[in-house]
Amino acid sequence: MTTGLHARRSLLRQTAAAAAATLAAPALVLAQQPAHGGGNGAAGPIRIGEINSYTAIPAFLHPYRNAWLLAQDEVNAQGGIHGRPLETVFRDDAGRPEDAVRHAGELVNVERVHLLAGAFLSNVGLAISDFANQHRRLFVASEPLTDALVWSRGNRFTFRLRPSTYMQSAMLVEEAAKLPARRWAIVAPNYEYGQSAARWFKELLTRARPDVQFVAEQFPALGRIDAGATVQALAGARPEAIFNVTFAQDLTNFVRQGNTRGLFERRHVVSLLTGEPEYLLPLGDEAPEGWIVTGYPYADLDNPRHNAFREAYRRRFNEEPRCGSVVGYDTVTAIATMLRRTGGATGTDAMIEAMRGLRFPTVFGTAEVEFRAIDHQSTLGAFVGKTALRDGRGVMVDWRYADGAKYLPPDEAVRQMRPQSAS
Amino acid sequence: MDALILQALNGLASASSLFLVASGLTVIFGVSRIVNFAHGSLYMLGAYIGWTLVTRLAGDGAPGPLGFWGGVLLAALAVGLVGVVIEVLLLRRLYRAPELFPLLATFGVVLIVQDLALWIWGPQDLLGPRAPGLRGAAELPLLGLRFPRYELFLIALGPVVLGLLWLLFHRTRFGVLVRAATEDREMVGALGVDQRALFTGVFFLGAALAGLAGALQLPRESVNLHMDLAVIVEAFVVVVVGGLGSLGGAFLAALLIGELHAFGILIFPRITLVLVFLVMAVVLVLRPHGLLGAAPAGAAPAAAGAAEPVVRPAPAPVRRLGLAALALAFALPPFLGDYALSVLADLAVFVLFATSLHLLMGPGGMASFGHAAYFGIGAYAAALLAHHLAAPMAAGIALAPIAAGLAGLGFGWFCVRLSGVYSAMLTLAFAQIAWSVAFQWVEVTGGDNGILGVWPDPWARDRLVFTYLVLALCAGAGFLLLRAVHAPFGYALRALRDSGPRAAAIGIPAVPVRWLAFALAAAMAGIAGALFAYGKGSVFPTLLAIPRSVDALLMVLLGGVQTVTGPIWGALAYAGLSEQLVRATGHWRLVLGLAIVALVLFFPEGLAGAARRRWEARMAAARP
Repeated sequence: MTTGLHARRSLLRQTAAAAAATLAAPALVLAQQPAHGGGNGAAGPIRIGEINSYTAIPAFLHPYRNAWLLAQDEVNAQGGIHGRPLETVFRDDAGRPEDAVRHAGELVNVERVHLLAGAFLSNVGLAISDFANQHRRLFVASEPLTDALVWSRGNRFTFRLRPSTYMQSAMLVEEAAKLPARRWAIVAPNYEYGQSAARWFKELLTRARPDVQFVAEQFPALGRIDAGATVQALAGARPEAIFNVTFAQDLTNFVRQGNTRGLFERRHVVSLLTGEPEYLLPLGDEAPEGWIVTGYPYADLDNPRHNAFREAYRRRFNEEPRCGSVVGYDTVTAIATMLRRTGGATGTDAMIEAMRGLRFPTVFGTAEVEFRAIDHQSTLGAFVGKTALRDGRGVMVDWRYADGAKYLPPDEAVRQMRPQSAS
Repeated sequence: MDALILQALNGLASASSLFLVASGLTVIFGVSRIVNFAHGSLYMLGAYIGWTLVTRLAGDGAPGPLGFWGGVLLAALAVGLVGVVIEVLLLRRLYRAPELFPLLATFGVVLIVQDLALWIWGPQDLLGPRAPGLRGAAELPLLGLRFPRYELFLIALGPVVLGLLWLLFHRTRFGVLVRAATEDREMVGALGVDQRALFTGVFFLGAALAGLAGALQLPRESVNLHMDLAVIVEAFVVVVVGGLGSLGGAFLAALLIGELHAFGILIFPRITLVLVFLVMAVVLVLRPHGLLGAAPAGAAPAAAGAAEPVVRPAPAPVRRLGLAALALAFALPPFLGDYALSVLADLAVFVLFATSLHLLMGPGGMASFGHAAYFGIGAYAAALLAHHLAAPMAAGIALAPIAAGLAGLGFGWFCVRLSGVYSAMLTLAFAQIAWSVAFQWVEVTGGDNGILGVWPDPWARDRLVFTYLVLALCAGAGFLLLRAVHAPFGYALRALRDSGPRAAAIGIPAVPVRWLAFALAAAMAGIAGALFAYGKGSVFPTLLAIPRSVDALLMVLLGGVQTVTGPIWGALAYAGLSEQLVRATGHWRLVLGLAIVALVLFFPEGLAGAARRRWEARMAAARP
């Protein structure tokens, strides 16, 4: 090997590289300035910056984005917002909150979006919410379920559409309290969503039924459930009823092992989110029967608004809408309704004023939904019903719409949880 | 008592599944020394291909031309062929590259497979059929307990596969050659054995085992897009705990981990997050080469190729270029927009992060799979101080390197005593333990909801000021690391890397020097972490998670381990590329994976290594 004369690098070479790249990167960034950059000009489109974990959670977010685009096209076909079309810039945070914050900065500063929206994971939602608070931008969180987003860590700039962990737990507690079961077991994924759902369920159920006791708790790692051992551990505690919080692949594996080992025989099961087609359909003909769940009976929900949505969605994407589709569609509807209320003004303060107490029609076709002024939580509800098998797949039966407004704590309690600065 | 027996059986079933995956990985590593990060992807492909073969081609439910078992076996063969393709097109070209470099290449494969699987099979989880003849539960003789038939089948399958592999390796010519190559690759080559065919054969075997393991999960679990990363880390742990390349060890380790899992959730259900890493840390501290692994005979791993190039000062033109570029970097920010500034700050942070890891991997000759721990500990130190004590930013940035450095001293004390992949996996174990503390100690760290509101003090809140602060601190810390490489301390470190016995003979104490390097690298990563936290305004456990460690590793490898500026090139290329691609396309994983594979093929010494070779060739040509 010819070692040459010198040709070894050192610190100056290093800085050369650093500087060269700092030159290159921003140049690329600047080159991407949108042509209509000005943003607040009266004629240009109204731009929404949407951040979500597209590559990390595709099962929920593909239908979500589909419906988002559907709703946006419908708004624009009707002439947009006072003649200005809606336009969305999508970004993938890959499930990392720190990447979501970077995208938020890019969307606000480079893409000149007028407001931020999106988020599936709770920590991503919180990170964007904190960014919005710091940079004084409106953030309409569509999906993240954590209670902290509007309560303990709520802020003036953040609004949330989906019924939170607390609300959905409360909906199920109402049903669980009617069951004769006294010995309960809990299985929940080991992260904030699972832990708070378990905590609220215990607290609210104990309040409603002081005679219940909790005999076992399992907290498998998210996405990594050791289903056989978990099922066996639950069965060993001989509960009369089980509260399940697992979802996606954890749920599938839990159900499969539970069926094989007879865990669900002669036991009541109350289960969060399991009625959502995203999680119920993959179970195929092994979907459990008789579980009390929250979810979305997409096939049987029959009212003009929802039927029109389902038809339009089927026609365009050649598949049934999922729960994610409803979330995506309603987020756009809420934003469009808000913008009509401001008269097309896109100043953050004007938009926040319009969001507070905003009423808009959900695509569920049920009662109007309101973004509460007190905590910026929408009153969108969920369907509570039982699972059953029909034509070899799981469906919800005996369902009813649980209006979110009825499953929130008293205003006084909400005020105490929410920071003073957030009002 | 019954419950305990059933739980033990559950442990055995998981152990068998785990062993099937790990056996392929350990066979491949034993012969080729390749850390195959794509092994999880092969496992996932096995499950997906098996699902397609069994449900679609075999006819739904009805006994089709293949049937369930035919489909499973065919899936294993198909994945074996995929493995051959990967070996022939990609890895074969990398056997001479630095240790761990194939990790980068196989990571590219992971990204490509993730996107392709999403494209082919769609986002929804798929549920495979139950195995015919093994549905439901069986009554266990004597005990009177009911247990699923398929799990019983798995329990039996593990030892059977172990036995078959033992026969293959001890009773066939192929097996004898493979074992010989595991012992001494050069000697086998010198005796006229075609190593290429041998390696390809081994890769086929390993990939087929991964595919078989994946396809056999069909009756147990759903097929989904997260299977690859869920299994790969655990499989690595089994391989390392068992002793690299040791099949019997992998079997023992799988049993150990499977049983601990099954009983762990009875006693402390929340422990499943870290249990395997705790086990690995304990085993490696007590047995530095795993349960049944042997200490590498004779030469150190670095001696495999040519000696590492000597580090000398850069030539004058390069110095001038460097100075000009640094000046430019500091002159540019006033002309940049807010987002460009934040990207510049991020890049500076990543450069420092990668440079700190490079101190370990390059001059130190130690790999680390858990460098994110120190990045994260720095970030959390700053954030906790800001959150609980409302301390000013300066205090946070000052505390970060201390906290990360102390963690480095603590973890490093164990890690520097091990070598190669064992040491790297021990760093991973410690990183996962740190991660689980951040994740589970909700009262203090906020759990996975993190700590919010970690914004800079008012004086530095302006993006321009903050960017200059980050640039200055990163440049300063970077210079310090460079200084360390060129100082006597750096010489000592490099001497230890190149020849432990000779360095010891001239009186260089191995453990203290390496230990200090470990702590220094940790402290510098801590600074990067704190600056990152203030730049983003929040910290989350993802900062200490495996993907962040992998990022750092990729940056160093992409730039070139054997060059001092490698990590800088690597960090800029990797972070810059991902940043651009994520914005440009929804298929950024596919494009990034292809880009990584292309870079690996064209620049097997990394970016900076390639630049140096070109420079050297030019200088040699210019000489009279």
